[in-house]
Amino acid sequence: MIQLKNIKKVYGKKKTQTTALSGLNLTVEKGEIFGVIGHSGAGKSTLIRCINLLERPTSGEVWVGGVELTRLGKKELQQHRGKIGMIFQHFNLLSSATVYDNIAFPLTIRGAGKAEIKSKVEELLSLVGLEEHRNKYPAQLSGGQKQRVGIARALASDPDVLLCDEATSALDPQTTDSILSLLLDINKKFNLTIMLITHEMHVIQSICDRVAVIHAGGIVEEGPVTEVFLKPKHFITKEFVNRDSFSGEHAVYRTGQKWKRLVHITYLGSKTYESTLSQVVRETGVDFAILQGAISTIKDTPYGKLIVALEGTEDAVQQTIQKLQEHDLDVEVME
Amino acid sequence: MDFSSIDWNEMGGATIDTLQMMGFATLFTFIIGLPLGIILFVFSKSNSIVLQAIYRVLSLVVNIIRSVPFIILILALIPFTRMIMGVSTGVEGTIPPLVIAAAPFFARLVETSLREVDKGVIEASYAMGASTMQVIRKVLLPESLPGLIAGMTITVVTLVSYTAMSGMVGGGGLGDLAIRYGYYRYESEIMLISVVFMIILVQILQMVGDRLVIYFSRK
Repeated sequence: MIQLKNIKKVYGKKKTQTTALSGLNLTVEKGEIFGVIGHSGAGKSTLIRCINLLERPTSGEVWVGGVELTRLGKKELQQHRGKIGMIFQHFNLLSSATVYDNIAFPLTIRGAGKAEIKSKVEELLSLVGLEEHRNKYPAQLSGGQKQRVGIARALASDPDVLLCDEATSALDPQTTDSILSLLLDINKKFNLTIMLITHEMHVIQSICDRVAVIHAGGIVEEGPVTEVFLKPKHFITKEFVNRDSFSGEHAVYRTGQKWKRLVHITYLGSKTYESTLSQVVRETGVDFAILQGAISTIKDTPYGKLIVALEGTEDAVQQTIQKLQEHDLDVEVME
Repeated sequence: MDFSSIDWNEMGGATIDTLQMMGFATLFTFIIGLPLGIILFVFSKSNSIVLQAIYRVLSLVVNIIRSVPFIILILALIPFTRMIMGVSTGVEGTIPPLVIAAAPFFARLVETSLREVDKGVIEASYAMGASTMQVIRKVLLPESLPGLIAGMTITVVTLVSYTAMSGMVGGGGLGDLAIRYGYYRYESEIMLISVVFMIILVQILQMVGDRLVIYFSRK
């Protein structure tokens, strides 16, 4: 649906050049929610603004829905932009227009008739749950309500793609969750492709199918959220994922015949709720202590992450690790 | 002071003259100044080198006109005024210099209020596929409406004092009356009443302007 080919964006004149994006490639499939995460200054904002050419890349191709936008003339680009909805961190609503008129805006600029506008806006008002606020002005709304107007406005022109530029960064946690679940609903209901950028892992974890990690103008890691989240490879990804990583001094030590080994066990899917660990230690006769653990979900997939100390003879500990792996758990022995 | 000798008919005529000058000058100032202000704003933001150059030229012209004292401008424009109006005095003769002085002033105020419009909203409109004309009509103007009204109010009030100044060169109206009777003939009663009339006029204009600004403010 969205394809970026070797996108470069350089700001400034020769002497004071800064590179925002350095030859970036990215593909977003139809119907998926794709997240891009990165620190501020990593280039994520430039990246999302390159997709509808609010920023023109210095070089490279932007394809959306099979059309190369970077090749289009002004008029054609205006037409195609209608098929790309966008919502913003600061909502960017017309302060002089009511909720109703804000949502109608994309339709008015397209020259739609009154009846068409009315039926579309009514439908969207009920979709985002703002029917009774239709005649209010943005200044009279809360942040979450403003973003709902933003979403309704973005959907008014029946877009193929929705771009979310830090759409929840200005909202409190509860409101963030309600907006995220609205986005997820829309994605399912209309099979709408969503690309979002954020600096919050929580956003990625809640609704994204795939994620790309952007750092210094390039993508350093990309894949299904479960994979990237549970087995981060690049140090930036690890920073986002392991904010609370365990730092035990003694990863392995022995006292007499007893071995003690710290292992990192990752559960995914239905295995999260099974009693694999206790079954295995019962068989091998090893004791264990849970030092740290979390069980949660990534989008709809449950997962668990445990740091466990296994205690027993060297053989028994080895055997335990092996058996856990045979049960399809991801076991990493900490060094 | 003796107010009994005042010719109220003449006062009334002068007031009507002032209102006429102001009305027409305001109309043409708006017609010229608003597009000029929009052009200044849009061209200053443009990436095109040509438009940027046009912006610089226009900006220079606007600055030059604004730095010339109005009284000098009236005199300098006499040939021009004669050319287009046939006369260079009276109500008709005053309108061209008034417009030429006030339009660049108003244009700058327009440019400033357009700058106040949230850049994010403009960007969002482009992202939705709006053309520059649509952004001007449906975003910039409605969003800056309170600022534009405030700017217009300031301009109209400035026009009132300009009409008075044009009395110096036989421009007609209350200012003319004040100068002819009050200054040249020491009839300070007429000067006083003329000034009071102008104060009342400015008060009314400012009040109406402020009310409208509040009415159209949504923030």
